Amino acid sequence: MEDIEHIPKQLKLIDENGIRLDGRRFDELRPIRIEAGVLRRADGSAYVEWGGNKVLAAVYGPREAHPRHLQDPARALVQCRYNMAPFSVTDRKRPGPDRRSVEISKVISEAFSAVVFKEQFPRTTVDIFIEVLQADAGTRCAGLTAAAVALADAGVPMKDLVTSCASGKIGGVVCLDLNKDEDNFGEADCPMAIVPRTGEVVLLQMDGHLSYEEFRKAMDLSIDATKRIYEMQRDALQRRYSLTLDEILKEAPLAPAETPPSDLPPEFEDDLGPETPANRNEEGFP
Amino acid sequence: MEGKGQVRQIVIPGETVGAPGMKPGPGTFREGGRIHAALLGVLSERDGVVSVIPISGRYIPEPGDAVIGEVVDMGPSHWLVDINSPYPAPLHATESPWDIEFGDTSRYMNVGDAIMAHVLSVDEAKKVQLTMRDREARRIQGGQLLEVSPTKVPRVIGKQGSMLGLIKDLTECNIYVGQNGRIWLDGDDRNTALAVRAIRFVEERAQAFGLTEAVREFLERARHRERAA
Repeated sequence: MEDIEHIPKQLKLIDENGIRLDGRRFDELRPIRIEAGVLRRADGSAYVEWGGNKVLAAVYGPREAHPRHLQDPARALVQCRYNMAPFSVTDRKRPGPDRRSVEISKVISEAFSAVVFKEQFPRTTVDIFIEVLQADAGTRCAGLTAAAVALADAGVPMKDLVTSCASGKIGGVVCLDLNKDEDNFGEADCPMAIVPRTGEVVLLQMDGHLSYEEFRKAMDLSIDATKRIYEMQRDALQRRYSLTLDEILKEAPLAPAETPPSDLPPEFEDDLGPETPANRNEEGFP
Repeated sequence: MEGKGQVRQIVIPGETVGAPGMKPGPGTFREGGRIHAALLGVLSERDGVVSVIPISGRYIPEPGDAVIGEVVDMGPSHWLVDINSPYPAPLHATESPWDIEFGDTSRYMNVGDAIMAHVLSVDEAKKVQLTMRDREARRIQGGQLLEVSPTKVPRVIGKQGSMLGLIKDLTECNIYVGQNGRIWLDGDDRNTALAVRAIRFVEERAQAFGLTEAVREFLERARHRERAA
């Protein structure tokens, strides 16, 4: 816990001008960056940087559910594994599932269960993997946001994306999107996930105490923020797929890089193929 | 292609699509009197029907689909075939082109063999059955297999097979495309390699307009360059 020793006991998490430790106001988000389709082997994937959080999400499926007794003859399962890397926090985290990550996995899979068209794929499973590479409070929200983009990238039919954000109370003020110090020393943290189009709440948790009015305030702040986050998710997906269109428009060299005939098994064949516009130019036509 | 613009509109799940009065087609759903996209894909509006053509996703078998599969398991009267879908697909001995005695399945096909087959039936629980009682169904010998995303198969085939016909003509290869994204090619080494590149080209630029012409140009230039070399 060395990283918090620099914080004096009586430090104000939010000053009289309403400015927080990292310079944000009560209703400001940390900077968010979303990237879709970052992993080759997964059916769908996404990467999210959210303040100090770095989270990867990968989606497989729908695929055959194993073990067989878990299969549901009427619908697909939505399974999720939330995992924190040992190096994601200051003190090394002991690898493997613990009580916290099992809980988060459960609530996240239930959140996505509400939007995926499960009836279209009986007896299958949709697997969501969320890997937290670096944690800075609000990882379940970052993970959910990443996983929603990854699900869309995998082509899984769903009612809508899921967007998530947390609000909490620090120094007696209800604030949006707490960072690590605020989460550790604040009074409450309340993550939620909604379906942006309908406003349905698919995840709602609270750590600490909020009065009813404070809770309403926190909900309003989060709901407002999810609208902004939804736009970033949409932008990430459209950017990912218009990339190929841009390439066509700027009349990239017509030939993909020539792959030398090889005896490699087919799964390695892809690695030799074109990946970036740069190596595509190598063998392009004059 | 009949489109005016260069770019097809990409929609994300949940996005409201289509004008009032249109019917929801594949890849969409109706909720609260409006139509929404269910998938990430390319928007298509035709004859009053809105649909979303998926960009990614798994192969879900439909009766009548031509597929290329690999035998992964065997029983005394059936083979279990992997058809690149979430569902295992059994091929019963009576649906094979041979007259097989009970317990004699291994004399005809073994684990690891690749086959061309058709989907005979898919029931509501998505239990799939394959058939090889068909002229073009057979065990694959020689040639090579290529896997593309199943969502790109319609583009590889083209309208009335125009794209596939073009690639076949210009590369002098035998090509058989399974709906499950597996493609079998047979021809001499150079031509097969060229056909593989042409198919990858189609897969990468699947959303482009005028793709058939681009592929023709690609193949002709590649052949020209080969002759010069």
